[in-house]
Amino acid sequence: MPDARVIQLGGGGRSAPSTAAHNGAGATAATEPEQVSAAPGREEQASEPETGRVAGEPGADRAAGRAGTAGTDPLPSAVGSALGFLRRRFTGDYPVDDFGFDPELTSSVLLAPARPLYEHYFRVETRGMEHVPDVGSALLVANHSGTIPLDAVMTQLALLDYHPAHRHLRMLGADLVFRLPIVSSLARKGGATLACNADAERLLASGHLVGVWPEGFKGIGKPFSERYKLQRFGRGGFVSAALRTGKPIIPCSIIGAEEIYPIIGNANWLARLLGLPYVPVTPTFPLLGALGMVPLPSKWIIEFSEPIETANLGGPVAAEDPMLVFNLTDQVRETIQSTLYKLLMQRRSVFF
Amino acid sequence: MPTSPARKSRTARTAGSEAPPNETPRVVLVTGVARYFGARLAAILQADPTIDRIIGVDMVPPAPALAAGLGRTEFVRADIRNPIIAKVIASAAVDTVVHMNVIATPLDAGGRTAMKEINVIGTMQLLAACQKAPTVRHLVVKSTTAVYGSSPRDPALFTEDLEPRALPRAGFARDAVEVEGYVRGFGRRRPDVTLTVLRFTNFIGPLVDTPLTRYFSLPVVPTVLGFDPRLQFCHETDGLEVLRRATLEEHPGTFNVGGDGVLLLSQAIRRAGRLSLPVLTPAVTVVGQVLRRAGLVDFSPEQMRFLLHGRAVDYGQLHNVFGYQPAYTTVEAYDDFVSARIAPVIPPAVVERVERAARRLPGMSSDIDTGSAQDLDADLPMPVPAGG
Repeated sequence: MPDARVIQLGGGGRSAPSTAAHNGAGATAATEPEQVSAAPGREEQASEPETGRVAGEPGADRAAGRAGTAGTDPLPSAVGSALGFLRRRFTGDYPVDDFGFDPELTSSVLLAPARPLYEHYFRVETRGMEHVPDVGSALLVANHSGTIPLDAVMTQLALLDYHPAHRHLRMLGADLVFRLPIVSSLARKGGATLACNADAERLLASGHLVGVWPEGFKGIGKPFSERYKLQRFGRGGFVSAALRTGKPIIPCSIIGAEEIYPIIGNANWLARLLGLPYVPVTPTFPLLGALGMVPLPSKWIIEFSEPIETANLGGPVAAEDPMLVFNLTDQVRETIQSTLYKLLMQRRSVFF
Repeated sequence: MPTSPARKSRTARTAGSEAPPNETPRVVLVTGVARYFGARLAAILQADPTIDRIIGVDMVPPAPALAAGLGRTEFVRADIRNPIIAKVIASAAVDTVVHMNVIATPLDAGGRTAMKEINVIGTMQLLAACQKAPTVRHLVVKSTTAVYGSSPRDPALFTEDLEPRALPRAGFARDAVEVEGYVRGFGRRRPDVTLTVLRFTNFIGPLVDTPLTRYFSLPVVPTVLGFDPRLQFCHETDGLEVLRRATLEEHPGTFNVGGDGVLLLSQAIRRAGRLSLPVLTPAVTVVGQVLRRAGLVDFSPEQMRFLLHGRAVDYGQLHNVFGYQPAYTTVEAYDDFVSARIAPVIPPAVVERVERAARRLPGMSSDIDTGSAQDLDADLPMPVPAGG
């Protein structure tokens, strides 16, 4: 499940293994047209043998297609797989897990618009990817910023496309997310679930990589003047979830996201009226309307720090010790804060 | 889905549940026998020779189709809201009571007021009668996972020990919460009685008729715009088997009963070949009322919330403690219902034909999509696995 990177657009899980490789490769070229141009640059992970994407690049895919029939250009192949995808969508013949997560939709549709942003717009650089395990659970704890949770999307994409095991990140979201129409259904399909101990522990106990942004709205909606200052880390619920399941905590520091929408004001009255935690005012929004919603092209770095092991801290008993929970929360928080400062020192400019 | 190491272990109540059944029931009383599950359960129990007597209680006689299978079941036409039920229990020396008379559909009960009376007052009367009857030593209550409510703050899966985030305020779910409350009170007063509370997810199957099965049978299925709830189903045969085992064996405790996995509402509608009609949230109540007045779907307003946020439960207790693994997953149960009951508006074959036609468009003919080709494009050249 965690390494379900294979986007089998062509035939679902039931296709014969011998054809799966060809199929998966066709899929990559299929619904991600913007990927086709990017693929040569990503050969190193595209050709990971265990992911089934043996024929990773479009050229290899074409060759595989020719083995069976006359040679074609990649476009009809792409359309063919897209048709299979559409048929499965139209007949409801696709799996979702208990949390409502739809891996196929996530990797081929929901994350598709984020890929060009990731590669060409924010030019996301990842560090310490080796600290994220290939199998098994871990709790990823990251700083939150950027007015809208693009940082969560980019982290998810980083782990899915650039981690050697192509791991799906299962995010914990605030309950507001699940109250909003459209957002709620997309969030669940994209792998998010409610940030509560029951769900966090269930995900951790079943071998998932879980991501949490404990600052919540305090972090994502903070004014530009407080950028890279970590807010309070909730009540440490994420730490007790990790302690109870004995899974490692991986501090994750994201820089760049603070600058995409610099919040210079907050329309409090409007936020109250709409029942939202904040309504941002940025230099361009709402001044320029929809144009103001274009994020600034900052340069991003996502660093995964060394995991903090919790397996030998005493399990469920330790989770009942508030002092230990507070100390561990502080340790995670300080790791992220110091990594943020370190990365900021290394950064040449906001945009390069 | 079933096992979660983080699950709080239940100690006292379920500790002895692994013990083999040492006393099989002699006289079983089933309430709500005129309704589908009551009649089906009575039919199964009366075929068991170890049971001396089956007494079915309801206000109306079962429909002829259901009555046919009842065999030696003795039907007592009585209202459980009436103290007469105490006389029935006492005179027949009933030892096992299966309470299945919690009604979900106001239209069947003759209005919401009558439904509430039957559900709540009826349960109180029945429990009062059981409390006074020394012969009763086993009570099985058919409840529902609706007691967990449905809200955006719900955990993905409810375990039996989780409290609802938003307590159901009205309707059937509220009744079920109150019924369970009285049942717990009964359990405290009669600790010698083995108490089994079964919280079923929505029943589905080729025969059962519920508001949800009627909902999925609508040619155009109204949904709430922007929400895609997770649904979980219990196949009717699984439901009956769990009820049967709960009646014949000793399984004290509360158990969620539902198939493995979930189905999204949008997915369910497509699997039935139906079209969905997304309705804006403010209009949902109006559409619901229209459907009720037309007698198409008897969805109460609180069940509408279910269409927003859905609900799924963890059946781990059922699997680990009760010792039953549902034979049908949620998807299998739903597909069984669809294949038996639904004539798709858009049959999958049409979708396949359209897809095949699209593949024959100029420039597409020589191309193959390996996965779907297996069953779809028999007339197209089959792909050769990419060997080199």
